[in-house]
Amino acid sequence: MSPGPIAPPYVRQLPLLGWLTLVWVLLWGTFSWANLLSGLLVAVLVTWLLPLPAVTEHARLHPWPVLLFAGAFLKDLAVSSVVVSWEALRPGGPVRSAIIEVQLRTDSDLLMTIVSETLTLVPGSLVLDADRERNVLLMHVLPVRDLDEVERQRASVLEVEERVVRAFGSRAEIAAVERAVRRERATAGGVQR
Amino acid sequence: MQTVADVVAVVLVLLGCTLALVAGLGLLRFPDVVSRLHAGTKPQVAGVLLIVLGAAIRLWGEPAMWTVLLAGFLQFLTAPLSAHMVSRIAYRRRHLRRDLLVVHEAEPPPPPPGQPRGDEPADAPAPSADHGSR
Repeated sequence: MSPGPIAPPYVRQLPLLGWLTLVWVLLWGTFSWANLLSGLLVAVLVTWLLPLPAVTEHARLHPWPVLLFAGAFLKDLAVSSVVVSWEALRPGGPVRSAIIEVQLRTDSDLLMTIVSETLTLVPGSLVLDADRERNVLLMHVLPVRDLDEVERQRASVLEVEERVVRAFGSRAEIAAVERAVRRERATAGGVQR
Repeated sequence: MQTVADVVAVVLVLLGCTLALVAGLGLLRFPDVVSRLHAGTKPQVAGVLLIVLGAAIRLWGEPAMWTVLLAGFLQFLTAPLSAHMVSRIAYRRRHLRRDLLVVHEAEPPPPPPGQPRGDEPADAPAPSADHGSR
């Protein structure tokens, strides 16, 4: 399963051009050919004057897992907004937190970026630093009262990673995460017995 | 039908405002920079999203609706970046209440004696040579 040759630069710029044009049209609020053409012109100018490094990895979209990921994300957003809000309102001492290292199972710039963005958007977890060589995220999590909750937070980070890989990963990356999950379940079952 | 849409819009906007208010309280009540970022950036994301949805329902069919939805979407891209940049600086400068941490994995080693710890206030007097030599 070779990822295929990397597309030439002007093809790689196409999604960015489309997105910038869409933003321009949305900012004007109405669709007209004049808006579309002027937006396209501005997009070409912006990408030509301010070039960005190309995303050389192939982004994939698996429609059903993307929906699952989006649904789980919105649920996480709602639940943890309420949890963090309660921590801000509740009487008593200051909120306790923890700094944890989470070993990810994927080895990809793109997936790690999506995982970090998702985690930082959800209240209660914040990515402080990322170690790209070891694929480790340094996270600040809140609220945490004891070590059990630390492990629960770590497990939820890995669940987010699993959903992201299933939604945006290549077949090899999905298989790698599934292997890791099976291995963890096996060792967890062994501990219980 | 119009009334139902109005009620939904009002409820969404009010919920969003409540979240923004709680975010402000969290900024005051949370103990350190990194914890405050949780309050300042996150209920904010959900709050802005709710307000944007409420506004989009009220603006249904008008050009401004798309601009408002775009603003809501751009929140998802920018909020984590700013939160990450500020928290990373705060962490490296050790603006952190260590006594409130349940666990601190990857704790950096203490600085050698005579070296600044890195979490002194910006206006602290610079350690002079004769103080450092004791």
